[in-house]
Amino acid sequence: MSAVLAISGLSKSFGGVQAVQSVSFEVREGELLAMIGPNGAGKTTCFNMVNGQLTPDSGTVRIGGAETVGRKPREIWRMGVGRTFQITATFASMTVRENIQMALLSHHGQLSRLWPRASSLHRAAAEELLARVGILEQADRACSVLAYGDLKRVELAMALANDPRLLLMDEPTAGMAPKERIALMALAGEIVRERGIAVLYTEHDMDVVFGHADRVIVLNRGELIASGTGDQIRANPEVRQVYLGSRGEA
Amino acid sequence: MASILVQFLNGLAAASTLFLIATGLSLIFGVTRIVNFAHGSLYMLGIYVAYSAVNAFQPAGPLGFWGGMLVAALAVGALGALIEILILRRIYQAPELFQLLATFALVLIIKDFALWVWGAEDLLGPRAVGLDGAVSIAGRRFPEYDLFLIAVGPLVLGLLWLLLHRTRWGTLVRAATQDREMVGALGVNQKLLFTSVFALGAFLAGLGGALEVPREPAQLFLDLSAISDAFVIVVVGGMGSIPGAFLAALIIGEVKAFCIGIGNVEILGVVVSFSKLTLVIEFVVMAVVLVVRPWGLLGRPQAIQRAAPSHIEPPLRPASRGLVAGAVVLGVALLALPAYGTAYNVVLMIDILVFALFAASLHFLMGPAGMVSFGHAAYFGLGAYGAGLLLLRAGFPMEAALVAAPFVAALGAALFGWFCVRLSGVYLAMLTLAFAQIGWSIVFQWDSFTGGSNGMVGIWPAAWLSAKPTYYVLTLLLCAAGLLAMRRIVYAPFGYALRAGRDSPLRCDAIGIDLQRIQWAAFTLAGAFAGLAGAIYAFSKGSVSPEVMAISRSVDGLVMVLLGGVQTLSGPAVGAAAFTWLQDTIARNTEYWQSLLGLTILVIVLAFPRGIVGFLAWRFGRAEEIE
Repeated sequence: MSAVLAISGLSKSFGGVQAVQSVSFEVREGELLAMIGPNGAGKTTCFNMVNGQLTPDSGTVRIGGAETVGRKPREIWRMGVGRTFQITATFASMTVRENIQMALLSHHGQLSRLWPRASSLHRAAAEELLARVGILEQADRACSVLAYGDLKRVELAMALANDPRLLLMDEPTAGMAPKERIALMALAGEIVRERGIAVLYTEHDMDVVFGHADRVIVLNRGELIASGTGDQIRANPEVRQVYLGSRGEA
Repeated sequence: MASILVQFLNGLAAASTLFLIATGLSLIFGVTRIVNFAHGSLYMLGIYVAYSAVNAFQPAGPLGFWGGMLVAALAVGALGALIEILILRRIYQAPELFQLLATFALVLIIKDFALWVWGAEDLLGPRAVGLDGAVSIAGRRFPEYDLFLIAVGPLVLGLLWLLLHRTRWGTLVRAATQDREMVGALGVNQKLLFTSVFALGAFLAGLGGALEVPREPAQLFLDLSAISDAFVIVVVGGMGSIPGAFLAALIIGEVKAFCIGIGNVEILGVVVSFSKLTLVIEFVVMAVVLVVRPWGLLGRPQAIQRAAPSHIEPPLRPASRGLVAGAVVLGVALLALPAYGTAYNVVLMIDILVFALFAASLHFLMGPAGMVSFGHAAYFGLGAYGAGLLLLRAGFPMEAALVAAPFVAALGAALFGWFCVRLSGVYLAMLTLAFAQIGWSIVFQWDSFTGGSNGMVGIWPAAWLSAKPTYYVLTLLLCAAGLLAMRRIVYAPFGYALRAGRDSPLRCDAIGIDLQRIQWAAFTLAGAFAGLAGAIYAFSKGSVSPEVMAISRSVDGLVMVLLGGVQTLSGPAVGAAAFTWLQDTIARNTEYWQSLLGLTILVIVLAFPRGIVGFLAWRFGRAEEIE
């Protein structure tokens, strides 16, 4: 399996604070990689350097072999990167279906068109995606009235609209009830494995981390301190010390 | 050398007054998040009230003079408190635009009030008692009073600093400026805080006005000129920053003073009139600052304010059969108007149609794109002047001039829009205002090309269109086509991309939408439609004057859109019709039509915050866009 995302020597500091320090890791096709670490470990900084919102001070980010440092988020999206946000970002004044249609219209480069109605384009493809994430029956509802768990699914469907090879999920289950968390991650896992998508996600919920990730990397104070399977991470003494603390088995 | 020093001192004196107005505006915005359009009116009232008070107390000697000034400022402060309690307090939860509209209604009402009380004549107050002499500075005579003014600015800045940093009240004001919700959650009496801040802001504006009495006559246009100065300073300095307002007032005051001082200069054989530049120079400064530092010199990026759920627009639905049928019936009725209406009806209807198109083009930006423009009249004016210039100066046939004029406006919109789409919210609105003011100043001053303040006459339609009923039918067809085209675009992918940008720029970025490019195209397109409206207007009147692109025309457009309801597609046309008809009806019956218009706006804002069409849709629950 080849690396879809390859990060090497990534560093970033804000003022005098070294937020991320020569971090290197890879995510392979069809693999779910969880990035964890205590608050302030540099997860979000790392994440935003991958998606293009931040420019690293040094280091490289390659997606499918192509360098992305210096590119804008929307250009990185065109390289096949889908994103979901910690706090959902959807188009509140549109229906669920229209939200997906927007992503599809953008994917097909049709957003400058003055004709015909947007809601008549890519309808079937949008509904197929909605069916895949299990909210087809909500297609005609406004996003502004949707339950939070369903909004997360809308985001997932939008992120899948451009057939991504890499999916970036920032705290995918934040703000959800425990039962919904498991269901959403199970669904995401199923979809990415059947399509061979690589996933990088950050997460606070340890059940979601160890229950769904193929591999886990741990950041602490901007540095990568461990990498391995769930079991290896759980057994790693350094991780237990800085992250899991005295709680022992998580 | 001496003249430079005197110019510098003149700039400082002007800066003090500018600072007093702007700092109040900034304080009010910081705490209440209301952009108080009526702030210039409070300043103007300060001058008028001080004029009366000073004349009344004059016999009491110096105490009467200076006491009169203080009384005037206090009276304006009290009026500010009253305005806050009676009106603004009811609309803090309303969308930003409604708050603006309400304060603009106050502008209209206060202007007519001043006209009623003090009349239309300029009133020059007495000279300052005790400071009416002049001192010799580097061989030149400089008024003592201006030296006093120079000291007032830093003095007020210092007092405000003490007030904000050394009192509990000041701490609350600073806390509320940073996080209003948090201060509310801590159990602070917000009502009292807001009222007192508004009163203080009004007092400062009133004081700024009162202090001008010995230097400048009280005039009725001072409200709009003061508010545009104050806007510029607040934006240049950074919204909510008092030191920023001071710094910006200094810069603007000095730049203006030196432009006047330099006068005419020959550069490379061309005579450049710097004194004429004063009308635009502050807007040029603002445009540069906004592009380089979008949050102003000492400002901070605004905290993102999420739209409350009730402000989120429902999804677009295709027009119902009823609506389509209604539109067809209306179209036929309008087409047949010359057959049953009076000549006056036809002329009025041309105006209504033109403004419906203008308002719809503004709504295209404000509604779907979420970009508020305070200077949309610039493109209406470019269309009107474009038509006139092409016809009279370039010798185009009328038909060709009518077709080409929207392209002139689109070109202007593309140029200004390139800067504007880099900003959002209040800053965007201010930059559009700045560009409109620049455009206005150019046509106002370029006597040899645009006819200057007189404008141009003889812009009549071709012979076959010269009969009013014929021209009316052409207007109807063009405006209807424009309205339908914009409606189609809103439903098309491009329109959806605009709405996407308004709803969530973050998500747009994550699905590859180049928002700035889309918004730039929308700005240009809206400019073209406004230009078409302007061109039709010019040929219907036979003339153009700088008024077609004045601030008040831009505001008319805003009022029309908000009257109709910003969240509906047919709202702008209804709003334009209601506004134009109201204006026509009221203006014919009273010289105080502006205040009646203002009162009407206030009633609508307080009673129908969704606009006319929004209200009907909500009340009857079955109209097109509202679920």
